[in-house]
Amino acid sequence: MAARIQQVNPFALMGWLVGAGLLFLTLGTIGAVAWRAEDISALGARDWAAVRFTLLQAVLSAVLSVVFAIPVARALARRRFRGRRVLITLLGAPFILPVIVAVLGLLAVFGRAGILNTALGWLGLGPVSIYGMQGVLLAHVFFNLPLAVRLILQALQEVPAERWRLAASLGMGSGQIFRHIELRVLLNVVPGALMVIFLICTTSFAVALALGGGPGATTIELAIYQAFRFDFDLSKAALLGLIQFAICAGAGLFALWISAPSGLGGGLDRDVPRWDGMAGLDALWIIAAALFLLVPLGLIVGLGLPKVTTMGANVWFAAGRSLWVAVGSAVLTLVLALPLVIAAQRSARYGPALESAGYLSIAASPLVIGTGLFILVYRWADPVALALPITMLVNAAMSLPFAVRALSPALGQVETTYGRLADTLGMTGWARIRLLILPRLRRPIGFAMGLAAALSMGDLGVIALFSDPETTTLPLEMYRLMAAYRMDDAYAAALLLLTMSLALFWAFDQGGRVGD
Amino acid sequence: MRSANPLNLNRLRPAEGRFEMISSHNSVRRLEMKMKTAFLSVGLITLAGAAYAETPELTIYAPDYFTSEWGPGPKIEAAFEAQCDCDVKYLAGDLLPRLLLEGERTKADIVIGLNTDVTKKARETGLFVPHGQDTSALTLPIAWEDEVFLPFNWGHTAFVYDNTRLTDVPASFDAFLNGSDDVKVVLQDPRSSISGLALMLWMRAVYGDEVEQAFEKLAPKVLTVTGGWSESYGMFTSGEADMVLSYTTSPAYHIIAEDDRTKSAAIFEEGHYFMTELVGRVGSSDQPELAAQFMDFVLSETFQGMIATANWSFPAKLERDKLPDGFKELALPDTVLFYNEDEAAALRDDTLDAWLRAFSK
Repeated sequence: MAARIQQVNPFALMGWLVGAGLLFLTLGTIGAVAWRAEDISALGARDWAAVRFTLLQAVLSAVLSVVFAIPVARALARRRFRGRRVLITLLGAPFILPVIVAVLGLLAVFGRAGILNTALGWLGLGPVSIYGMQGVLLAHVFFNLPLAVRLILQALQEVPAERWRLAASLGMGSGQIFRHIELRVLLNVVPGALMVIFLICTTSFAVALALGGGPGATTIELAIYQAFRFDFDLSKAALLGLIQFAICAGAGLFALWISAPSGLGGGLDRDVPRWDGMAGLDALWIIAAALFLLVPLGLIVGLGLPKVTTMGANVWFAAGRSLWVAVGSAVLTLVLALPLVIAAQRSARYGPALESAGYLSIAASPLVIGTGLFILVYRWADPVALALPITMLVNAAMSLPFAVRALSPALGQVETTYGRLADTLGMTGWARIRLLILPRLRRPIGFAMGLAAALSMGDLGVIALFSDPETTTLPLEMYRLMAAYRMDDAYAAALLLLTMSLALFWAFDQGGRVGD
Repeated sequence: MRSANPLNLNRLRPAEGRFEMISSHNSVRRLEMKMKTAFLSVGLITLAGAAYAETPELTIYAPDYFTSEWGPGPKIEAAFEAQCDCDVKYLAGDLLPRLLLEGERTKADIVIGLNTDVTKKARETGLFVPHGQDTSALTLPIAWEDEVFLPFNWGHTAFVYDNTRLTDVPASFDAFLNGSDDVKVVLQDPRSSISGLALMLWMRAVYGDEVEQAFEKLAPKVLTVTGGWSESYGMFTSGEADMVLSYTTSPAYHIIAEDDRTKSAAIFEEGHYFMTELVGRVGSSDQPELAAQFMDFVLSETFQGMIATANWSFPAKLERDKLPDGFKELALPDTVLFYNEDEAAALRDDTLDAWLRAFSK
């Protein structure tokens, strides 16, 4: 170990540079906004109410998402059935949906005129209202359950076949398997999953407001937006950005502190059929998750289909631009994430701090990042001309936390299992990456790049702040259609967006499984 | 000329080479010309481009909706370019924050699409110069005396409903507030949306100092409050809400574009809040003549004639009989309520506090 730390590795150096860059992108942009502010504002009682609401809904959303994800992921890990991979990919779809589309899809099921209330009406039961905290949580679980399921499933699948064989020969039942294998995996993966979802939910704005049922559902992000648009109070916006940031940093430290290594060792990568668990109960969990996630999705598809063939050329141009930005940010995500996790792995003392830099970007307000970059860029260059590269960079930074989350435990596993052997063989630098790390990490790499591409595809991102009428992306085009009353065309654009995001995710994710 | 190539970050106008982003100075222009001459062998396109590069450029900051292919932007660009021998370039985005960030360094020659709720801050920047237009013949429901900001369209806030589903339509704000709480309405948040802010001021104008009680009566009727207009309107058209906060002109879209007469605006006898979008001329512009020419163009019949069906609002200067038929069918209020920018700024914070108090009860 010690020998490796002392070597100056260009890859590890790059990792530290990436960490510094992220610090700049997140804290630096807050600084830029604060620097441009003319005077200092204090936070009022309403701002603190927004902080409390943000914390409460984010904690509950994260806990609920993970609590429901555990049985679903265990069931999916245990069962093999036709269409399992397609189902797993489809289950990921809500996570990459544009917010406004997902809200309309959820309302079609849970809204006043939705399927659920219609069915309850037939049964003679009173309507249930989605609006309020329950709606905010429902939507956040809808968005984040897929992510939690994927992270936990991924970790369960990393358990070497040899452990299962041993467990089988020892005649372990479900309970013992849970205690001796699954629990250790969960203790390793759950804190990170909780943290990532908590962070995503802290920067929620449109969902919380639309389903929160009123102005009480004010999050910090809305307060930041208000400070910008309504009061043009940059100092308050920077201050709120800083608070959001501090909350997220606190959550990150907490997650690192409680996370435990699984220590399940290495193996020969064989797939072993599982024998434990009750098939009926597993099926129930899988069906319940599929219904919850896929019914709103199906309704969105239904809304989009009628107009999908008559969309204007601009929608297709925007789709082309989005595709290019998405693939670009997927590649960029890997280029940023891999050195970061490698550098973090190498330094026992500062590694955890560096790794948490990888999570900073979800903690940052997109609005603050966008405005900060604008303040920094417009003096030297035309921000509009740089709209697409900036969008690509920011999208990559926004996907980095998921990439780090997916790569870091897997890399840790690789290093503990094969690291000493590689050291003995003198395998360092590029050779180690090419021969050991990349092949061993291809699954999480495929997953991370797929996620980055899909997220970038669906994210309105900073482009809204820099846009030029002729460099629109697909999500922006969809919002424009809505603003022009063309809801049906907007649904069609949303369907295109959904299809492209899923196709991209599928392509990268499958790429990571070649040879499986 | 649009490009299908997403790799092309700059627009594919032949005039705009790679130096476009820093090329407001003549020296760079000349450099660009020289470079273009050097690449003469590339062919005729380059030559045409070099000739085109001398055309002056008018930079217009506009809201995002305005510049989309369904907004009025592209038609206005084409019509003005046909008469000005210039190149109109839109930059879309959030106007006021951008102007305030850029200050004196702004590249805008014209800013179009400002609302009266932000004109006070915009005016205080000192960036704007008088529009120089005669506003006495405007067809607004109020007199317009502002010498800096020129209206180009107008409308009123209103609650829009589906007339096949909602039959007991309130005829006044009072009737609405005292009516059944089962009639659910979606609103926009005044902190993030201009129409939401207009609703707050509308109710302030109707109820004066008793506005907080009025907000309290409104609260149980509110299904939810969204960040922007699009989410609200989507929830209304998908059947989730009975009424939506929108504009008196919204039904015109459904009549004209969809031949659908099921959407109507509820007209309240207390009057409706007036909203207008404005154009301003930036003093630091390097194209002052062009900018002045554009201000003349704003009130021309060509420009005004495009507003109704591209902007779905009333043009600021067009006789009623020249409006498209769908607009003539619209139900309109007799009384118009409006706070000028100083009054609105003075009332805004207190009214917002009352609003938030009423909704947190």
